[in-house]
Amino acid sequence: MNTAFLIQLLVNGLVVGTLYGVVAMSFVLIYKATQVVNFAQGELLLVGAWVCWALLAKYQVPFWIGMPMTLVFMFMFGIAIQVLILRPMIGEPIISVIMVTIGLSTVLQATLKWMFGVNPQPFPRVFESQSVSLFGLQIQTVYIMSLVVSVAMMIGMAWFFRVSKYGLAMRATAFNQQVAQSLGISVKSVFAMAWAISATVSAVAGIVVAVVNGVSSGLAGYGIKVFPAAILGGLDSVGGAVLGGIIIGLLENIAQYVDSEYLHWGNLYEIAPFYVLIIVLMIKPYGLFGTHDIERI
Amino acid sequence: MAGPALIPAGDFRTSYAADTTIFPTTTSRNFAIAGVLVLCLVPQVLGGYWLSILIQIGIFSIAALGLNILVGFTGQISIGHAAFFLLGAFTSAYISNNAPIPVFFAIPLAGVVTALVGLVFGIPAARLKGLYLVIATLAAQYILLDFFSRAEWFTGGSVPASANPFSIFGYALRGDRQYFYVVLAYVIASYILVTNLMRTRDGRALVAIRDHYLSAEIMGINLTKYRTLSFGLAAFFAGIAGALYAHYQLVVSQEGFGIERSILFLAMIIIGGTGSIMGTLMGTAFVVLLPESMELLSVYLKGGAIDKALSLNNNITFLREIAIGAIIIVFLMFEPDGLAHRWRQIKTYWKLYPFSH
Repeated sequence: MNTAFLIQLLVNGLVVGTLYGVVAMSFVLIYKATQVVNFAQGELLLVGAWVCWALLAKYQVPFWIGMPMTLVFMFMFGIAIQVLILRPMIGEPIISVIMVTIGLSTVLQATLKWMFGVNPQPFPRVFESQSVSLFGLQIQTVYIMSLVVSVAMMIGMAWFFRVSKYGLAMRATAFNQQVAQSLGISVKSVFAMAWAISATVSAVAGIVVAVVNGVSSGLAGYGIKVFPAAILGGLDSVGGAVLGGIIIGLLENIAQYVDSEYLHWGNLYEIAPFYVLIIVLMIKPYGLFGTHDIERI
Repeated sequence: MAGPALIPAGDFRTSYAADTTIFPTTTSRNFAIAGVLVLCLVPQVLGGYWLSILIQIGIFSIAALGLNILVGFTGQISIGHAAFFLLGAFTSAYISNNAPIPVFFAIPLAGVVTALVGLVFGIPAARLKGLYLVIATLAAQYILLDFFSRAEWFTGGSVPASANPFSIFGYALRGDRQYFYVVLAYVIASYILVTNLMRTRDGRALVAIRDHYLSAEIMGINLTKYRTLSFGLAAFFAGIAGALYAHYQLVVSQEGFGIERSILFLAMIIIGGTGSIMGTLMGTAFVVLLPESMELLSVYLKGGAIDKALSLNNNITFLREIAIGAIIIVFLMFEPDGLAHRWRQIKTYWKLYPFSH
């Protein structure tokens, strides 16, 4: 047993897991509000990270201005995607909508590669000190920042849905669109807002990852990891998505520990979430907290 | 999906056989036969580059046909099709290298093996709606690719696996000219097979599931059986196409069979028309020819102002990807029935010309 290594990986897993949780949360937000399975979630992270990187590294904007600018941009970007691409698809079969988001992810991915190149870029330094010591463990400052930001976003999201008027309107729409509409809620603007919030939250996650690891197209991989997380938690449960994300993050790192200590297979780390995904789909398809579909004709 | 405008006045069908016939008139059948004969002559006329493009269209159209059974006829999506294609390629290469089985039999065998693996990943499909199946196939794509990079005995690891050239009764076929006929035979066979499948009870069951799965179930269609069946069939055709590709390229490597390729297969059937058999062929041709035409465009623009401003030539690969993604979106938004629908409209127009109203 290599305890120090294990603890290091567990901390790592918790940090990455909360980030997965945040991204999965914004994925579930879109699914719940608009019934769209968004295959371009990872690309939203990527757009946010690259835009912030461009502002900071190319135009020398300080972080505390560049970050809000990015978020405003992403808010607009989310609305634009919904209005231009997904609004015309309302009423189309669900598989067409899924394929539109797949197309969207291809376009965004390639456009970003075209604009910013394929090489990973280091993010400008945001924090002065590299690491702090906590309970005898050396933990990098960026990790703590990442954890704090993730938890803050989760709390913010919970507040938004439980207390704010707009969040309540969104939940009402998710519950029943026609009833919500008859109560005077503009379903159109709720849909646009769902995308805007999701894009913004994803961008925050993207920037956090970029601060830790630098920007590269590998960031879009977070969008793929969202599926195991969201399926595990239940596709339409925001809390489940967070928990699913944390479990997947921890599991990845435990897989890496088992792999490097005992199995020596290589990249079990990468692939373990997908095995979990298949198993969950086979034995508990609606996840831990998802609602069972009961349909009437 | 033939629109009412296509059926000429006075065309009454009095039997089911007449209604489900493939060729409604003798002329249309003669045209189809003539088309096949023209294709048989193609290798004598065209050579090199264009012939290889045609072979690629043929091979990919078989895989796309399999995907169309799943997406277009059963209403489920798979984004792991490229992995099954690759599995077929590796399996056929492995069988023909390590067992005393000629390539001629290795290809269908690879299809069967791929279908069996497809069924394993299709098991969740039995219980789930299309939405969840997409995610299961996503996992299949990653798990299979991971398996390929791990199983060196099977795939040769980082060195591409070699595949034997196609041979039939000891007579080896070499070169594009001869291989073209092999691909043509497989394309015709699989298109006839699928066309006929859709006229049978099983084919109608698949379409019923697509249109409304609950009603289909109430009518006594076994959802589990037919969803798994269509998943297996899709994998089968992907395997066959992969095997053909392996023996065409003579080497198999993982390169270029990631999730982008799966999206490319989806693009083929969306552009061609989901649920249209001939559309699959058109869509495949479109997707294969698109990068080529972009290549031509970039050569044409080379040195010009647009080229300099956007540095097109250095980024042609990204441009292709953007084009593929954009075309998927545009077709889904503005032409959801694909090229097949457009083709029908053109035919109707000429049939009624000049009195189209």
